[in-house]
Amino acid sequence: MTMDAPTDDVVISLSNVRKSFEDHEGNDHVVLDSVTFDIHRGETLVVMGGSGCGKSTLLNCMIGEYEIDSGSIKFRTRDMNRLADIATLSDEAFNDIRKRYGILFQSGALFNSLTLAENIALPLEEHSYVDPSIIDIVVTLKLQQVKMLAHRDKMPSQLSGGQKKRAGLARATALDPEILFYDEPSAGLDPVTSTAIDELMMDLSQKLRVTSVVVTHEMDSAFRIADRMVMLDKGRVLKIGNRSDFELLRDANPLELSRSDDRLMNQFLNGHGEGPLTDAEGLSEFEKLIKTSSGG
Amino acid sequence: MASSRFKPSRVRSAIESVGAVGDRSINQMGQFVRDIGGMAYLLGDTLVWAAKGLFYRRLKFGWGSLTDQMVRVGVKSIGIVVLVQAFIGCILALQLAPTLESYGQLEKIADVVAIAIVRELGPLITAIVLSGYAGASIAAEIGSMVEAEEVKALRAHALNPIRFLIVPRFLATTIMIVGLTVIADTVGIAGGLLTAWAALGISPEAYLASTQIAIVVRDFLTGLSKACIFGMLVSMIACYEGLTVSGGAVGVGKATTATVVKSIVAIIGMDAVFTSIFYVFGL
Ligand SMILES: Nc1ncnc2c1ncn2[C@@H]1O[C@H](COP(=O)(O)OP(=O)(O)O)[C@@H](O)[C@H]1O
Ligand SMILES: [Mg+2]
Repeated sequence: MTMDAPTDDVVISLSNVRKSFEDHEGNDHVVLDSVTFDIHRGETLVVMGGSGCGKSTLLNCMIGEYEIDSGSIKFRTRDMNRLADIATLSDEAFNDIRKRYGILFQSGALFNSLTLAENIALPLEEHSYVDPSIIDIVVTLKLQQVKMLAHRDKMPSQLSGGQKKRAGLARATALDPEILFYDEPSAGLDPVTSTAIDELMMDLSQKLRVTSVVVTHEMDSAFRIADRMVMLDKGRVLKIGNRSDFELLRDANPLELSRSDDRLMNQFLNGHGEGPLTDAEGLSEFEKLIKTSSGG
Repeated sequence: MASSRFKPSRVRSAIESVGAVGDRSINQMGQFVRDIGGMAYLLGDTLVWAAKGLFYRRLKFGWGSLTDQMVRVGVKSIGIVVLVQAFIGCILALQLAPTLESYGQLEKIADVVAIAIVRELGPLITAIVLSGYAGASIAAEIGSMVEAEEVKALRAHALNPIRFLIVPRFLATTIMIVGLTVIADTVGIAGGLLTAWAALGISPEAYLASTQIAIVVRDFLTGLSKACIFGMLVSMIACYEGLTVSGGAVGVGKATTATVVKSIVAIIGMDAVFTSIFYVFGL
């Protein structure tokens, strides 16, 4: 679609992001290490990796929930004339960026004390200076978009997991964001619902022309929605590329792949389990099992 | 077998475990200082947002949520406060009666009960009841919101969680504890009165008359000002514990327990401080 213009259309730029957590004994565990990539305007970027590889942590760093140890995360929304490092922004300035993005959290994260309609109305009431009657129309529209209008006056506790995600998506899009973040949009859903969520995401990204950042470990969904993909493993970026690059890798014969990283990704992209598939020697869990059982 | 009890490794592990206790207490000290700092910060933020909410129309925190919280904190705990305070009045009267009688001063019972309740036990017992009732439920509620990513979602929508979640609970607890203390004082004195009438043969008129002489407005105000401080303490501890929850449902449970324990210690500690101050200044 769009050619990769150097930096003009970069919306988010990550450079050498490092994040570690301290455990009870005070030891640091590095969760993200030198993560570097750019996200371009209008694209859907999928960040893939097994459970615990740091996908949610990366998302939390991008939205400013976690402070990073080193490196930088920069944003440039439409009304900004250059990339700005979020670590240096004031609360007000960061809030202006926050109003330009929406997030679908893993659980939906609806406000449990409010009805669906109130959930969606809250950001509108606070950040758009419009009449309550207009807000009502927008809420109806947003709920219609995710096919949840029938449930507008229900409380979140009355909804199923898939419905909560739809409603969460409606709230994330309430302010017509430029950027949408998704944390595991299809995790824990049945295949039909998960396909429906994917279609919804693609629909939104076309209709609203948003930039989407999707974090997932579901390969089917990833290949359905991605323009570009990033593969994370143990906090490192293994590969960045277009969807077609990853499709080639997925469909390659593992025996013909010389790099161990490529073999690892090949396994992962074909949906063979999650998480680190090989140890330091490049042996898979299965190979190790054979080795230990034949050795002992 | 007996000798194996004193293997060197055992001795070493015993020394290590003593060392670990020392280590832990240093860690806990550090944690304590961090918690106090965190709470002071939270209190500052809460006061700022409460003030903004009162003065800027667009930054309202919502009267709806304030009244909701007031109902939840106050109205629901009235029953327990009344019950406990009536018993306290009764217990005080019965405990003091023999001593006062031995001095031939049984009619002074109304004075002592009134002072004890209005200055001390009214606010104290109300605050303790509220810490177990409102404090625990606030901590559990906010803790679950943190776990369900609701607080993150608020921030991600550029909505300040202090303003939306903490300010209404802080104000509601502080306002309601003062109201509840007034009720508690009244009920406590009534409990003393009924007990004195039924068990000690003091007429209600005489009891009331000496109560009126015994307590002055100042006694009420010191009691109520303490109540106000206790309310702030309980709500701050509950909100802080809730906001710093980690580790799922287990974490929420821990936060709830911690809130009650820390609140009770803090309330009684603060009570000692304030009572000393009032004593020094003759209030
Ligand atoms: N708040 C936190 N405190 C400590 N460790 C964390 C925290 N959040 C995540 N981690 C650790 O970081 C690693 C990556 O977690 P996460 O980003 O949630 O993985 P993913 O979303 O890819 O499954 C895990 O090992 C997890 O234990
Ligand atoms: Mg995750």
